[in-house]
Amino acid sequence: MSEPGREAMNDCDNVRRPRHSRRTFLRAASALAVARTGAARVAFAVAPASDAGARYDRLLVLVELKGGNDGFNTLVPYADPGYYRVRPKLAVPRDRVIVLDDRVGLHPSLAPLVPLGEARELAVLQGVGYPDPNLSHFRSIEIWDTASGSRQFLANGWLTRTFAASPTPATFAADGVVIGSNDMGPLAGGGVRALAMADAARFIGRANLAHREPARGNAALRHLLETEDDIVEAAARLARPRAFATTFPATPFGRAVRTASEVVAADQSVAAVRITLQGFDTHRGQAGVQPRLLGELAEGLAALRGALTEAGRWQDTLVITYAEFGRRPAENISAGTDHGTASVHFALGGRVAGGLYGETPSLASIGGNDNVAHVLDFRAVYATALRGWWNVDARSVLGGDFAAVPFLRT
Amino acid sequence: MSAWRRWWILAACAGCAACAGGAGSVPSGTEVASPTAGSRAATPVAVSRVDAPLGIDDARTLLTRTGFGATPAEIADYARLTRGAAVERLLAATTTRASTAPPPPIGSPESLERPRRGASDDDRKAFRRAQARDTMALRAWWLHEMLVTPSPLTERMTLFWHGHFATGVQKVRLATLMYRQNATLRANAVGNFGALLHAVARDPAMMIWLDTAQNRRGHPNENFAREAMELFTLGEGHYDERDVQEAARAFTGWSVDRDALAFTTRPRLHDDGVKTVLGRTGRLDGNDVLDTILAESRTATFITGELWREFVSPVPDEREVARIAAHFRESGYDIKAVLRDLFTSDAMFAETSRGALVKSPVDVVVGSLHTLGIVPDDMRPYALACAAMGQNLFAPPNVRGWPGGDAWINSGTLLARKQFLARLARADNFGIPAPPVGGMPMRAARETPFDVAHWLDPLPADAGRDARERSLRVLLPIAPVDAAAIAGDTSNVVRTALQDPAYELQ
Repeated sequence: MSEPGREAMNDCDNVRRPRHSRRTFLRAASALAVARTGAARVAFAVAPASDAGARYDRLLVLVELKGGNDGFNTLVPYADPGYYRVRPKLAVPRDRVIVLDDRVGLHPSLAPLVPLGEARELAVLQGVGYPDPNLSHFRSIEIWDTASGSRQFLANGWLTRTFAASPTPATFAADGVVIGSNDMGPLAGGGVRALAMADAARFIGRANLAHREPARGNAALRHLLETEDDIVEAAARLARPRAFATTFPATPFGRAVRTASEVVAADQSVAAVRITLQGFDTHRGQAGVQPRLLGELAEGLAALRGALTEAGRWQDTLVITYAEFGRRPAENISAGTDHGTASVHFALGGRVAGGLYGETPSLASIGGNDNVAHVLDFRAVYATALRGWWNVDARSVLGGDFAAVPFLRT
Repeated sequence: MSAWRRWWILAACAGCAACAGGAGSVPSGTEVASPTAGSRAATPVAVSRVDAPLGIDDARTLLTRTGFGATPAEIADYARLTRGAAVERLLAATTTRASTAPPPPIGSPESLERPRRGASDDDRKAFRRAQARDTMALRAWWLHEMLVTPSPLTERMTLFWHGHFATGVQKVRLATLMYRQNATLRANAVGNFGALLHAVARDPAMMIWLDTAQNRRGHPNENFAREAMELFTLGEGHYDERDVQEAARAFTGWSVDRDALAFTTRPRLHDDGVKTVLGRTGRLDGNDVLDTILAESRTATFITGELWREFVSPVPDEREVARIAAHFRESGYDIKAVLRDLFTSDAMFAETSRGALVKSPVDVVVGSLHTLGIVPDDMRPYALACAAMGQNLFAPPNVRGWPGGDAWINSGTLLARKQFLARLARADNFGIPAPPVGGMPMRAARETPFDVAHWLDPLPADAGRDARERSLRVLLPIAPVDAAAIAGDTSNVVRTALQDPAYELQ
């Protein structure tokens, strides 16, 4: 695949891998086009990772709970009378909660996660959010996806910036795979090798429309040909998906987990997978929706653990959930909840140090429109993945120092 | 309206002084005076001179970039014109209104009805369903308008402004408000940028999208003030946080009438204190802020750069942008002036800029239909196809609009493009039934079919040796990547050329 002289084209980057050299060169050529955001500069400010650097044999799986999951009915503060006061219709009765400690417990629909909890592989992160929260879906998910400040506007996703600064090995099929969503989220922006697919079978079915041709021509044509190449490569590796003993739930999330597992197991080296589970914007009739979604999530995550354990990858997998925001503590008149701020998220995986992190907010004096303050910045969670999981420079990606949350064992 | 006119008059004299001092080494007033003054000796490649006929390739470049695709007949027609004459013809054909009416009930008073406080869940559900249906009908209507309009440039510019002033139905919720904004964008699409900016600032959909209606004395909401500077006019780094805060105060009192959903002012909510925005101090209101922004030379540079990326190449030539922006300002922000400069520039026709731009999904869909002369009966499947390729009209991903360029292409969207083009080339027009898109058949009862037998007839004799060469001359801006795959009769050539990566470019 390598063409003579390609390395020489690019003296701002001493990476051995031709693909990334080429990509970095293209970024340089289009720097002006993206200079409006300033994000492209990151690619030049940070030296590429050395062999002793990034550990992309470790997989990061991001699960987006799209619409904004209700944290208070995910990790239920069952000992707080304030919770039952502000949630007359929606509160989970104390005797149905899966008790974690003397204050909080999981929603009963999350029962499939109990084995992970018992294995100490499930970290529950409380109060994850950011200062000066924005309550718009579009803006707030943009803040999370780009890891920006509340009033800072960045165009590239935080994983896009990560892989620009510390590229994945050339042998990888892609930097990341996006499953079940049209928008690339944390993998948005130029320069990243991201595959988007609804499910593996459909992807392979269409992939014969792509053809492999040596990259050439102007920047746009090169990008097209590289994308075709990525498709052909990925489809070839996925052509005979591994058969799992694990049963995948027959839900959209279950199918997405199956695709993720097939991608990871099929010698399909990728550093990151992003899966989206839709439908958490529960303004009305939440009791009919959220328990089903939580069950879908928990069953899917349990299946992911089963499949990746079979594939020998669970020890090298870190799963983190995220969403644009949580919901307001007090329910509304439609037996739903409105846009809130900080929320509960999960980190799970073979090397996760299970337990509760952050603080449980008191709802004693909470009013109808009140929201809770965040205690863990979401960028601290990202910093944990960047520094603790991949050993890459979190500061340059996140634009500041965020102390890692100690939810990793190694 | 009087506000921007006031500024317009100021600009005519302020512009000269500002550009003499601000534009640096650019010799303003030499080449900018006449768009046909061309013949810049520095151009290294052989391109058609402004006073020579365009020829097939430059005609294709001009038409596909300023419209959606181009038929052999149109290319042949424009090939005979000089660059200047061709551009004047495009500009003269522009309009301020759509040639077709929107689908009912869009635009009607009852289409603005929405569930009242305390409405039942069923009523809310019915409202959401009706709005989703109407928004889809609106998308289909606009795509159809792009296809049948006498001025594709007008629609192309309306689409450009939709991306520039990105507003999403997800938050606005009412299809009719999106339609009204669309009409406002079209009315000013190739008019005056100052007028356009003022009109957009008072557009109810925009005011809902960026919370202008929530912005009141004592509780300023900075959303619109910030985006007006960052995304609409100046660009990041050309204003500071204080400018945003003070501008937000100036916009207080602008509101949307609850019943008519029209622009209104609420003087009691307006903060009439002294503010300082971009160095101008006074009891400023919203119009004053917009005029202050328009008086900044940076605004013309920013807009010119954005238009360059849309029409010319992904990386603007800063000297050329400065020259054209100075002219744009001198013209009092006449959008036709900046388009004329861009469309007649040597950079537009340079060998290196051929195929340098990635087609947008709308371009892939409408451009392909137009190039092949197909007019479908029902455009909804085509709206769904655009969405699958990453451009869901009236629902841009966020306030920045669609990032465009290389970002149009990832493995998912590229496969969606190729699948669409494969289906299009298998449609009834090609004699094979097409499978559905998004559950809707991509079929058209009253559709104008692809007239393969006569499609190439209008091309002049020197357009190519055979049907293959002539077809590729129409369809591809650069040589095909996989030349060997493209063979056979015209129908086959078209089908395979649509799958070539070069077809994704213009």
